Amino acid sequence: MIAFVVQRLLQSVLVMLAVAFISFALFRYIGDPVLIMLGQDFTREQYEMLVRDLGLDQPFYVQFAKFVVSAVQGEFGISYRLARPVAQLIAERLPATLELSMMAALLALTIGVPMGVYTGLRRDSWLSRFFLTISLVGVSLPTFLIGILLILVFAVQLGVLPSFGRGDVVKLGSWSTGFLTTSGLKALVLPAVTLCLFQLTLIMRLVRSEMLEVLRTDYIKFARARGLQNRAVNFGHALKNTLVPVITITGLQIGGIIAFAIVTETVFQWPGMGLLFIQSVNNADVPVMAAYLLLVGFFFVVINLVVDLLYYVVDPRLRIDRGAASGH
Amino acid sequence: MLDSDVFHSFRRNPVVVVSAVVTTVFVLAALLAPWITPYHPYDLASLDLNDAFTPPAWTEDGSRRFLLGTDDQGRDVLSTIVFGARVSLLVGFCAVLFAMTVGITLGLVSGYVGGAVESVIMRVADVQLTFPGILIALLIDGLARTALPRDLHSEIALYVVIFAIGIANWPQFARTVRGSTLVEKSKEYVQAARVIGLHPGLIMLRHVLPNVMGPVLVIATLSLGFAILAEATLSFLGVGVPPTRPSLGTLIRVGNDFLFSGEWWMTIFPGAALIVLVLAVNLLGDWLRDALNPKLR
Repeated sequence: MIAFVVQRLLQSVLVMLAVAFISFALFRYIGDPVLIMLGQDFTREQYEMLVRDLGLDQPFYVQFAKFVVSAVQGEFGISYRLARPVAQLIAERLPATLELSMMAALLALTIGVPMGVYTGLRRDSWLSRFFLTISLVGVSLPTFLIGILLILVFAVQLGVLPSFGRGDVVKLGSWSTGFLTTSGLKALVLPAVTLCLFQLTLIMRLVRSEMLEVLRTDYIKFARARGLQNRAVNFGHALKNTLVPVITITGLQIGGIIAFAIVTETVFQWPGMGLLFIQSVNNADVPVMAAYLLLVGFFFVVINLVVDLLYYVVDPRLRIDRGAASGH
Repeated sequence: MLDSDVFHSFRRNPVVVVSAVVTTVFVLAALLAPWITPYHPYDLASLDLNDAFTPPAWTEDGSRRFLLGTDDQGRDVLSTIVFGARVSLLVGFCAVLFAMTVGITLGLVSGYVGGAVESVIMRVADVQLTFPGILIALLIDGLARTALPRDLHSEIALYVVIFAIGIANWPQFARTVRGSTLVEKSKEYVQAARVIGLHPGLIMLRHVLPNVMGPVLVIATLSLGFAILAEATLSFLGVGVPPTRPSLGTLIRVGNDFLFSGEWWMTIFPGAALIVLVLAVNLLGDWLRDALNPKLR
């Protein structure tokens, strides 16, 4: 167990360093940060002084080390486009993205799992077929198109929900939340639905196929033969055993939600990190891009680590397998 | 591989037949675009701004000259869709081909050679698989956009997108090919080839590769759907193909600006075309996976 954890931790650190390196290379070698900071008029002395002040004359591994240290402390430099500290910009945008993502993940789970269980238990009912057809369409529909269609129907035609922005937000310390106002909640509906649909269909299909698999096993047949109630068999035995892959995929899908949040935020002009990133890409705002890269990399590494460890805790079979496969 | 069993399951399944027909129609239309579209939408001489914002032919203000209406520049929407599908399919096919080439090569090598090479390649693939493909494509594309000089970038933007989407996709191929290669490696024909002293590269290419192509074909079809969607998404975000060669995603992005003023046809028709295309490709991929998988029969 300890060897496994240590191995995973080491791997995470390696990945994080690789991401940090790309991010650093981007930051340091694309465009000349000194020229950008100095503006139009400067003398040669000023230029060289700034180079020295910023430590850009030092060998590259020293610079990289400094970059990592300051990134760990939350220092990402200053945005070229908005002339404000990147850390501050991201701190402002983070709540919007997290609230949206959490809402979407919650929706996907609370709707997707029951739908999956239902379609797994009642394979041949018309409702199951209907769900499955819908889910196939859902997988083929690009996120941005779902957003546009929802806007067209609910904002343009019916005019019941806002099509862009977060509505009114309330400040709770440094966290700005849209959960406490009616307009904030209304603004959340369309983006959250858009963002959750893909994950929802995925979870539903996953739970369904796992249920089908488990229901075929001998211990389910045995449980039925013992005369247990259907409910006990379906939920106590079957659903429980489908949970391992569901946990993994759901965990990994949090990453997917962050990725697709970029698209959703662009469609709905939701003032989160994804929109900030796209605007930075379009304006070659390198410090923001570098910071976003690091942050998303960090999210992913942490999520994967947690999922891996959870997996290990939830499924005892894995421990035996790993032992047999000599720690591979 | 394409034996009568597979053909039989194809003919028995009407949904699959329809998907195949739809895909074929799209591919043919894309290939023949300049000859079959009613107008050439990017020929400036044939454009008339007076035609701009004509709604579809069956609505009140529609004109019989433009079946699906026109856009803000007076281009025929039907023609732009066919030309857009051309770009979408081109990028999709090339990206999948690229991913296939990289994935198959690395998969073959790591399966056949093994050892440290294998661990490194597979570790990288594992790590990359934990990031969603669309995010990888977006990051590569974004980095290239910032790193390359502006005029150079707009020239090669198409290749950058193909590269970005292709890179996002290679691990699946590599993993599958490696798995099958491990199985094939221990079979007698490979050992025989080795005994008569063939070069390892030759063995991989001539003997192992043909026998691992079945699953590769399935993944290729499924990734084609992903690649088309990824391209559309990038283009919708404004970081995809250059605006001089609009794909379906670009058309949707442009149309989106006019959604609120009521010109819905500029968004809805390209969107519908995209959905139908991707749905057809995905259905084909799903069917192919099931048909080639004896476990599910």
